[in-house]
Amino acid sequence: MDKRLIYDNKTLAITLKRLCYQLIENHNTFSNTVILGLQPKGIFLADKIQKLLKKDFNIEVAVGYLDITFNRDDFRRRELDIIPNAMHVPFSIENKQVILVDDVLYTGRTIRAAMDAMLAFGRPKLVELLVLINRKYSRELPVEPKYVGKNVNTLQTERVLVELTEQGAKSDTVWLLPHNFKP
Amino acid sequence: MSQLSVKHLIGIKDLNKEDIQLILDTSINFKDVLQRPIKKVPSLREVTIANVFFENSTRTRLSFELAQKRLSADVINFSASASSVKKGETLLDTVNNILAMKVDMVVMRHASAGAAHFIANNTNSIVVNAGDGTHEHPTQALLDAFTIREKIGKLEGVKICIFGDIVHSRVALSNFFLLNKMGAKVMVCGPPTLIPKYISSLNVLVEHNLEKALAWCDVANVLRIQLERQQLKYFPSLREYTTYYGINKSVLDKVSKDILIMHPGPINRGVEITSDVADSSQSVILDQVENGVAVRMAVMYLLAGKVN
Repeated sequence: MDKRLIYDNKTLAITLKRLCYQLIENHNTFSNTVILGLQPKGIFLADKIQKLLKKDFNIEVAVGYLDITFNRDDFRRRELDIIPNAMHVPFSIENKQVILVDDVLYTGRTIRAAMDAMLAFGRPKLVELLVLINRKYSRELPVEPKYVGKNVNTLQTERVLVELTEQGAKSDTVWLLPHNFKP
Repeated sequence: MSQLSVKHLIGIKDLNKEDIQLILDTSINFKDVLQRPIKKVPSLREVTIANVFFENSTRTRLSFELAQKRLSADVINFSASASSVKKGETLLDTVNNILAMKVDMVVMRHASAGAAHFIANNTNSIVVNAGDGTHEHPTQALLDAFTIREKIGKLEGVKICIFGDIVHSRVALSNFFLLNKMGAKVMVCGPPTLIPKYISSLNVLVEHNLEKALAWCDVANVLRIQLERQQLKYFPSLREYTTYYGINKSVLDKVSKDILIMHPGPINRGVEITSDVADSSQSVILDQVENGVAVRMAVMYLLAGKVN
């Protein structure tokens, strides 16, 4: 099986704009709202949303980068990259409305770890989750996103590849890769 | 996938350049954790660590213990002076008894060189050497390197001179290995009796004149004169040592550049270094202590994260 395109540059731009509208509906001027992008890939999406809100709606929102490496629940259980990324949360989230942003939602374990890691910066008033790709039927924890780019039915063996210009890609694309896919 | 190439931290000699780089880079993240309102991460909550100290220590033991607690590990402390070692129990028996209580990692200080290596070879535990005799003190060298990198921005090409009692110093030996691997330039300065004979095989410059050494270096790492290890007389008197090798403000003023002043502690004020230097703005002695916790967190985190 070949890789399948989920988003190209144009369709992703439409979706991002829709997500911004949805965010504005709930957060109005973002006066008490902050965005936390999840390391390593969610931060690019968070940056994109921040830029779009500024450019098209003239809304300023603070963005932080949350690293969940130290809060994972599979430390010492499997060979994975335990090397942390930079944590950059230059504000307190005490009593703030927090929007967690990640590219792909799969088992939900990253989001659990993120909620744990986030609490080092205060007790938020409200936490919401925004993801670009929601992989259905693969959840291992009761985690559901409030804002979704696209719901995608995937097999466990498949992988979702998100490439954004912010991370050095030529254009914004999202692919579904079969298990035996070799680039 | 980045991982340490070693299972234990016995000495810097066993690490490669990538290992050192990985520990120093990970330490940055832990230093960041220590600046937060909640200075704690849950990473090692299922790990039990024993601090086994057969030799006195304030800084290192506290620093290790704090690092363990910041990582949410369970900690037990053992010091030889208040234990069955006094009743004649052997080192291996003592450690095996501690490990029988389901301990995952041992942080050990011992007066004999090779003690940590011996425990690593004869038990299943992960071993971190917190100083073994006059052999190595790897976490001290790592925190020294972290501090230099933080203040100067790099290690490669930086000129570091280690002053004082080189022959008895495990800090010096670990520093030689580390700085050489990372491409720094190393010199030692002290009276000939305190410079070991093997020094020429370590790719280290030797200088016996304090002013010349200071003029050469970017960083001065001043070691403590270890009064407890000097059964033989290595120099005629402390006063003579201080006259020739003590670092004070006036000798530093003769050097036109700002040298970073480091000291692994505890300081003998007025012997190897005067108070006006130790407390000056050039001194990063307390930064070293602060960084020590972050570096030890990184070491234990990376060692514990290795799946066997």
